[in-house]
Amino acid sequence: MKAFAALYRELDASTSSLAKQAALQRYLQTAPAADAAWAVYFLAGGKPRQLVPNKLLRLLAQEAAGLPEWLFDESYEAVGDLAETISLLLPPPTDQHDLGLATWVEEHLLPLRALGKADPDKLPDALRAQWRRLAPEERLVYFKLITGGFRVGVSRLQVTQALAAVGGIDTKRVAQRLMGYTHIAGQPSAADYAALIATETSGELNQKTSGQPYPFFLAHPFNVGIEQFDAVLGAPADWLVEWKWDGIRAQLVKRAGQVWLWSRGEELVTDRFPELASMGEALPDGTVLDGEVVVWREGKVQPFAELQKRIGRKTLGPKLLKDIPVVLLAYDLLEWQGRDQRAIPQAERRVLMDELVTQLQHPQLIASPMLTGQSWQDLARQREAARSMGVEGMMLKQRQAGYGVGRTKDVGTWWKWKIDPLSIDAVLIYAQRGHGRRASLYSDYTFAVWDGPAAQADRKLVPFAKAYSGLTDEEMGRVDAVIRKTTIESFGPVRSVKPTLVFELGFEGIARSSRHKSGIAVRFPRMLRWREDKPVEEADTLGTLAALLPS
Amino acid sequence: MDLIVARPEGLYCAAGDFYIDPWRPVGHAVITHAHSDHARTGHGSYLAHINSEGILRSRLGDIKLQTLPYGETLERHGVRISLHPAGHVLGSAQVRVEHRGEVWVASGDYKTEADGTCTPFEPVPCDTFITESTFGLPIYRWPTQQALFAEINAWWQRNADEGRASVLLCYAFGKAQRILHGVDPAIGPIVVHGAVEPLNAVYRAAGVTLPETLRVTDPGVTPQLLKRALVLAPPSAQGTPWMRRFGNYSDAFASGWMQLRGTRRRRGVDRGFVMSDHADWPGLQSAIAGTGASRVMVTHGSVAVLVRWLTENGLQAEGFKTEYGDEDVSDQAAIAPQPEAPENPADEASA
Repeated sequence: MKAFAALYRELDASTSSLAKQAALQRYLQTAPAADAAWAVYFLAGGKPRQLVPNKLLRLLAQEAAGLPEWLFDESYEAVGDLAETISLLLPPPTDQHDLGLATWVEEHLLPLRALGKADPDKLPDALRAQWRRLAPEERLVYFKLITGGFRVGVSRLQVTQALAAVGGIDTKRVAQRLMGYTHIAGQPSAADYAALIATETSGELNQKTSGQPYPFFLAHPFNVGIEQFDAVLGAPADWLVEWKWDGIRAQLVKRAGQVWLWSRGEELVTDRFPELASMGEALPDGTVLDGEVVVWREGKVQPFAELQKRIGRKTLGPKLLKDIPVVLLAYDLLEWQGRDQRAIPQAERRVLMDELVTQLQHPQLIASPMLTGQSWQDLARQREAARSMGVEGMMLKQRQAGYGVGRTKDVGTWWKWKIDPLSIDAVLIYAQRGHGRRASLYSDYTFAVWDGPAAQADRKLVPFAKAYSGLTDEEMGRVDAVIRKTTIESFGPVRSVKPTLVFELGFEGIARSSRHKSGIAVRFPRMLRWREDKPVEEADTLGTLAALLPS
Repeated sequence: MDLIVARPEGLYCAAGDFYIDPWRPVGHAVITHAHSDHARTGHGSYLAHINSEGILRSRLGDIKLQTLPYGETLERHGVRISLHPAGHVLGSAQVRVEHRGEVWVASGDYKTEADGTCTPFEPVPCDTFITESTFGLPIYRWPTQQALFAEINAWWQRNADEGRASVLLCYAFGKAQRILHGVDPAIGPIVVHGAVEPLNAVYRAAGVTLPETLRVTDPGVTPQLLKRALVLAPPSAQGTPWMRRFGNYSDAFASGWMQLRGTRRRRGVDRGFVMSDHADWPGLQSAIAGTGASRVMVTHGSVAVLVRWLTENGLQAEGFKTEYGDEDVSDQAAIAPQPEAPENPADEASA
């Protein structure tokens, strides 16, 4: 635990990726395999189920620090992170330990969940006994493991690279072995860690029975003007063009009579989509498809909000399955007849996939249609239909491209050519302090539009969206200063401010909503621009917002 | 009427007709210490501790200045005034004001842990204590001097071993000298920014032991030497061309605000060392308790928090509105480096 806490400190302290890489490798080379197994799990983004309710943790910490609730809350507001707040407030340790990370996780942390269920009265004493033994610098890591907000500025790719360096093997192989490693119920052992960095086996190169998916190939945003398309991309004939679907990216793996459905967050979601699992059973062994899970009704893709209704449910009753049916819109074939197809060109993989889809004739498997155009201008015209079709734009895939690992361009490129966001000028009316890097800064805002035209004397501002991204640090600092000066009232962490600030907000989609005061819900709202030139009276109205609703 | 009240010009004692650290020009000013947000220009006459004289004169020019050693009393219109160590920076003082048997103490800025570069803080018994509250939240608890310097030395040593300069950003007046006094000079040479050296001279003149310091323009300061050097520079030097000469350096920032990961990361430096010349939360509590005061007036910082906390703990507490460096300013300062280098060494509020 001490070594892992030291690694955390070192990673957290440095802004240099070289220094971070060196620190990771140093740790992995010296840590016992059982500890390294868990370190990789957490650093690569693994998160066990909530071990202790945050509420209880706050209460116990408050009690131990001898503080009233309001002062704990004030402290939390200033710090912006629960684990950090608690580790700063607790009294010094009265005991010590020399246990490793694996022992801490397996024998002390993970059992807290079961204890909380079986005997909740014993939970407070168990927690107190644990943190009393931990040095201040270990406590931050300890509480981060409990609250699950383990972010330390190391990407999964960096962890992959460190493992590859330590094992002396290919990064892509490690990426593949890491798939599923960070599962929510994962219990990585010393043997699992050894397997991550082990020499590649012949069995691994011919995987007939494993449920492992391939690392997803990710697209790059394409933001050049249409007049430059020919110069940058060449002729449209060199590209496969498809719609960019707004669903869940997924790989369907069928091997040795079994089906696995993996989401891009490499979560195993087979159980969430039984109709896709049963479709997968109809596929021949040794098949891996890449595509998008979407809700599909009357031959049309449905808004993402529909899919969310399914993701959020614990149990999937027959009614839900009937009302919100999903399909896999397949667009790539990564494995066929047990052979890895990723090195063969995109266009050839697509031909094979289309044959497969046609032969299978399954209602839950649809080939994502290919679009053709005489010219890029022609395709740009077709792309104008994107919004009404409920898609985000187009995907452009090099016909010769292999299927790469992650967001790379070494074997060919996928571009996402998204439609411009919808936008509206809105007024900032509430502000809240941010978290992490933005702790103590008012960086999370609620925006409103007018409920009537300027001529209407008693018109009011109606909140309709929250946004916290899109400003530079410098702009955010200035906005923060204005918020502090124009505060009307503070309610806990939230301040209402005198309406003086106008921003152009961009968003990807818009739908009617009975849950919102404005009657409208927008998807992915963010600040495009601070309209310092615009007085609040000229901000947009509910009318302008409603006009953007799809008919 | 209270012996000391908050006026638009500053904290005012009517009986003695003088102000304490006023921020607008007044007739007679008692100055707690020479940081620029407490010692401003334009007052008719000044009273300060004897060790503040050099810096006040160099910053404010030809002023009418009277000085006092700690503990000596001066009478003004029947009000007894004396200065007592505040442990903040060289010459920093708490102002004790006594009139008709009632005693008030204005702390200015203070720190309770001794650091070896200025006379340590002494609690002064009083009826009413005026306290700052810069770090008035329980999350602020400083490491001991020993732990702090072990960390700074380890960072410097590792950089020196790996052949790169260690640039430590810190305020030129107080913080820089504390670092000089506390680090292990055996690790390598120490180079200071032009804003720091004049203040070193003041400290040395006052009898504070500081290791040898070099300027980048000194003969013998070669790129080779810089690779093992500890470099002290004011925060405003961050991102300026002056820093280019250090090549591939590691940078760090010394401030109490570095206690939080968020501010540390916003600063954009490799390391943040938790070092403040203000009291931490336990320091504020012990200082307040040490005075035995039943009434506490809270100035600049977490005023509302400290007032509520003290009230809930049975004291009579109120907020005093002042224009000293406050929490928001320091937060802002942590976001982006100030564009201009300070002309004057002491022209920065300390945090």
